[in-house]
Amino acid sequence: MTKINTVKDLKALRKRLLKERKKIRATLVLCGGTGCQASRCQDVTDAVKNELAKQGLKRSVCVRTTGCHGFCEQGPLMVIEPGNIFYCHILPDDAHEIVTKTILDGEVVERLLYTDPVSGKLIQTESEIPFYRAQDRYLLAQNRQVDPCSIEDYIAIGGYSAFTKALFEIPPESVVREIKDSGLRGRGGGGFPTGRKWAECQKAPGDEKYVICNADEGDPGAYMDRCLLEGNPHLVLEGMMIGAWAIGAQQGYVYVRNEYPLAVKHARMAVDQARKIGLLSDKILGSSFSFDIDIARGGGSFVCGESTALMASLEGKVGEPRPKDVHTVVDGLWHKPTTLNNVETWANVPSIILNGSSWFASKGSKGSKGTKILALTGHIKNTGLVEVAMDTTINTVVFDIGGGGSNGNSIKAVQTGGPSGGCLPADKFDLPVDFDVLAKAGSMVGSGGMVVMDQETCMVDVAKYFLTFLQDESCGKCVPCRMGIDRMLEIITDITEGNGTSWQIGLLEELGSTVSQTALCGLGKTAANPVLSTLRYFRDEYEAHIHAKKCPAGVCQALVTYKVDAEKCTCCGICKRGCPHGAIVGKKKQVHAINLDLCQKCGICKSECDFEAIQVK
Amino acid sequence: MPPPTLDSILEERRSQPHQLIEVLQDVQEHYGYIAEESMRTISNELGVPLMEVYKVASFYKAFALKPRGKNVITICTGTACHVRGAKLILNQAVGQLGVKPSEVSDDGLFTIEHVNCLGACALGPVVTDNGNYHNHMSPGKLRKLIKSIYKTDAEEISHD
Repeated sequence: MTKINTVKDLKALRKRLLKERKKIRATLVLCGGTGCQASRCQDVTDAVKNELAKQGLKRSVCVRTTGCHGFCEQGPLMVIEPGNIFYCHILPDDAHEIVTKTILDGEVVERLLYTDPVSGKLIQTESEIPFYRAQDRYLLAQNRQVDPCSIEDYIAIGGYSAFTKALFEIPPESVVREIKDSGLRGRGGGGFPTGRKWAECQKAPGDEKYVICNADEGDPGAYMDRCLLEGNPHLVLEGMMIGAWAIGAQQGYVYVRNEYPLAVKHARMAVDQARKIGLLSDKILGSSFSFDIDIARGGGSFVCGESTALMASLEGKVGEPRPKDVHTVVDGLWHKPTTLNNVETWANVPSIILNGSSWFASKGSKGSKGTKILALTGHIKNTGLVEVAMDTTINTVVFDIGGGGSNGNSIKAVQTGGPSGGCLPADKFDLPVDFDVLAKAGSMVGSGGMVVMDQETCMVDVAKYFLTFLQDESCGKCVPCRMGIDRMLEIITDITEGNGTSWQIGLLEELGSTVSQTALCGLGKTAANPVLSTLRYFRDEYEAHIHAKKCPAGVCQALVTYKVDAEKCTCCGICKRGCPHGAIVGKKKQVHAINLDLCQKCGICKSECDFEAIQVK
Repeated sequence: MPPPTLDSILEERRSQPHQLIEVLQDVQEHYGYIAEESMRTISNELGVPLMEVYKVASFYKAFALKPRGKNVITICTGTACHVRGAKLILNQAVGQLGVKPSEVSDDGLFTIEHVNCLGACALGPVVTDNGNYHNHMSPGKLRKLIKSIYKTDAEEISHD
């Protein structure tokens, strides 16, 4: 890698790269995100590369393994440029046909195309697929254009031009004003105005300042930060470099979850490349600005997503939050002024500098600007990563993009914002994905997790799930969070086990509001949201558990019994083989039965049975 | 390749207390757990009181203080996997191997762990065996996976 010393060098490098790339006849863009890796995309990539080599096309056809494209459900997937042809569920054996037919003869391989589940029609290009068509992809679209392991790819598409523009043309105060004017708000969950944070940090006294990228994405059900850092690490670094220039920081840190090995690898690689090429160095490109970034791995603690806990963890300590009477923008990492933003927030910065604040502010609603990446998961047809303008309604996301409930089931609720958020019922789906509107409805946008739930989900169990999660993750420092979550979980457990009483609902509400008002950090302050929101919208389910001692969804183990429906049982024996507790009896050609003394109500027999012969009542 | 020695993990990090978590991460990665002996050495070399090393090692979920089984089955219990039946998967693993989460099976071959999110939410329920991802898991698929690991293990032993 040749070192670049001036902006002129960077521009010359980009020009050369673009010229070289003009010679390429076609590009096979293969998704190499974690989702597609789980679907064995590496085997497909190897097969395609082998096939190209065999046919002597190695030089003229480029294979680009990129970060996540978003449509994880359809993986492994591939887009062929030019033509934007979209193939899904590819197997290594398909490589020969793809190369000979599509690349050499320009024909489409129909069996690899996506079938629209609604119309049943085959769809040829990515942009025609309803999942993509209804989105407003700006950040995610860039994932497809770059190999995350190649700084050249990023530079070729204009990468680092926002940073050099800021560094040589925009003074720090004006950078901060631009971010303020754009209306960008923190994408990690809090929704705090980014520009205000930067301005306070810039004004804070002291020469030694830090910027931190929070990539400790601990929200279960959210993985947008992983995909950005995995798929386009240089974009995040560029955002941090602009932020550092604006506030006057010399050192930055990316605090990334160790459960995301690919994100750690790509972030490290990107920092290494940026150092080698001269974009992270002393006196960058001949300016007076010096900056470097280090990667720190998290220890798998949810509370470390909170800014003060994260900073304690970066200092090598236990990740406990501290009171924020003095904000971290003044007294942060090692007691120095520190600006901490989430991955997606940093990723939005370069485009604001390049295109201007008004471009960014033109999308979204009055209080929530730009786009938001959502992780659409759960009981829905099209799962994956979705990017929409911030005034898009939940209806659009769930039905137009998500395609509605899986298995034809009707959708009961959507859980947004992870353990700090809440559950919204289907009649609230006309609400937009907007920080203020969702908070008012008792939930939050949070980091963008959106878990869709159908009638097979018990909302009391969901509240119990989150409380169990939060009890486990509470650092234990402050009493309201430590004790409050414990007591709420005790009550909910009583209810799910059929021991609930009606006065416990009022007690839950009272406890919830006390914890919200008195806990030390964001984890505790929002811990009651899953309980309060389910009580608000699904009180009837709580009442069914308490009064009728029934779980309407058939989920809560203590309130259900398993039984074999003799008429439906085909005596196949699959349930007997599957039961790890030996609770199913029955010989060949004999209707099976469940020994209730041994039955642990784990539900495995029901999931194994192909004939719906296991009943839960 | 043999695992790096504690000495090489500590290289360039000595006397830097803030490197504690990074050092523990590397020890965990290469040795599978943090032994008391390692904690004592780390304490001396980084200049962090032993009590502090233990506090950090026991606070973060990433660190195990006891050895784990030869194969680690990690079951994602994040929200998206939970609503798609992660509990079934966990029940299957616990039932089949007869071991509670985080404990080692009697034959030393398996440890089951559950994590809050593996970040492949769209493909839930997700399970990893020794870091390899498996998506859309069902109790039946997990049963086969565990059987295949037993088989591979038996083959390895007979080759030895």
